Amino acid sequence: MSSPARYTPYHPKWYRRRVSVWWWLETGSYTSFVLRELTSVFVAIFAVVMLWELRALAQGPAAYATFLARLKTPPFLALHALAFLFVVFHSITWFNLAPKAMAVRFRGKRVPDLVVAGLNYGAWLFLSVVVAFILLRG
Amino acid sequence: MPQTVTLEVARYRPEREAEPIIETYEVPFRKDWVVLDALNHIKDKLDGTLSFRWSCRMGVCGSCGMTVNGRPKLTCAAFLSDHLPGPIRVEPLRYFPVVRDLVVDITDFMRKLKKVKPWIIRKEEKPLSEGEYRQTPDELDAYKQFSMCINCMICYSACPIYGLEPTFIGPAAIALAQRYNRDSRDQGAGERLEILSEHDGIWQCTFVGECTKVCPKNVDPAGAIQQYKLTSALHWVRTLLPRG
Repeated sequence: MSSPARYTPYHPKWYRRRVSVWWWLETGSYTSFVLRELTSVFVAIFAVVMLWELRALAQGPAAYATFLARLKTPPFLALHALAFLFVVFHSITWFNLAPKAMAVRFRGKRVPDLVVAGLNYGAWLFLSVVVAFILLRG
Repeated sequence: MPQTVTLEVARYRPEREAEPIIETYEVPFRKDWVVLDALNHIKDKLDGTLSFRWSCRMGVCGSCGMTVNGRPKLTCAAFLSDHLPGPIRVEPLRYFPVVRDLVVDITDFMRKLKKVKPWIIRKEEKPLSEGEYRQTPDELDAYKQFSMCINCMICYSACPIYGLEPTFIGPAAIALAQRYNRDSRDQGAGERLEILSEHDGIWQCTFVGECTKVCPKNVDPAGAIQQYKLTSALHWVRTLLPRG
């Protein structure tokens, strides 16, 4: 008996398009997603500056004065302005995404997205007012 | 209102072209026509060689997903009147290999879908004499949204992560896994956890959120994935605890 025929399964001649390096410029939402991911860099830079501040503080008044003087130079002011914009963008996108990540259920019904986001924004506003009060009081 | 509208349709005939080309067709404009009607007009009257998938014409079968003017859509729900003055560009779903014209190969999705075990898993079936598995409206509500998925793969076509990392299980498969995880009759969450929590599962997702925006059935796959990340992280924390 001859061995059974071996078939090569038919395989179509596919066309696969490579994803462009510039895919994130294709739509506004892809671009805002990439910008949102980039905000983490600025958050990290800001954290490093804070660590640096703590170090200066630990080294005494003279070191801290030098640190403060350095913060007032144009490159640092520009960096902080840019970091501020990115951190605000980070916060807004984060709060808008919160209801998606947390499906809060109350009495068996899902709490509407607007309420979850609204509570986050409310907490943000409240804490900002508290911080502003502490800073501006003195 | 225009008499006709121009359709720019991607053609790929592997025996003729090395890569897709665009062919232009002039179709009559009718207020009640969707892109799928225009494609059927082309196939019937202008060029019978055009290939595309379709079936139900009413957003149930999930066959006619294509890229319309750069956005993935069900062509049966994409009205010509919403895309005036044209030209309207119709291309196959992005990130899938093109077999011919507007037809893509969906094997990858079918394999991934099966992998997440989208069916009710019972450790032990209760005897028939005990009757059916009952659910309250709230228990139904817990998974109903995810059960609306029609497997149209539009979410995959909107997901740049799937484009860049084709091994990613992807939005619809994860949403469907969640559909069964949240079903009060199901006991298979543990089996699915291993598949969903591995490298190509939920953690590939960086929450672009486009899958949810383009979904024609409001399934919210992005939400399903983020919620599952929380479940998976909590499970991991529990494994660290003694007698976890």
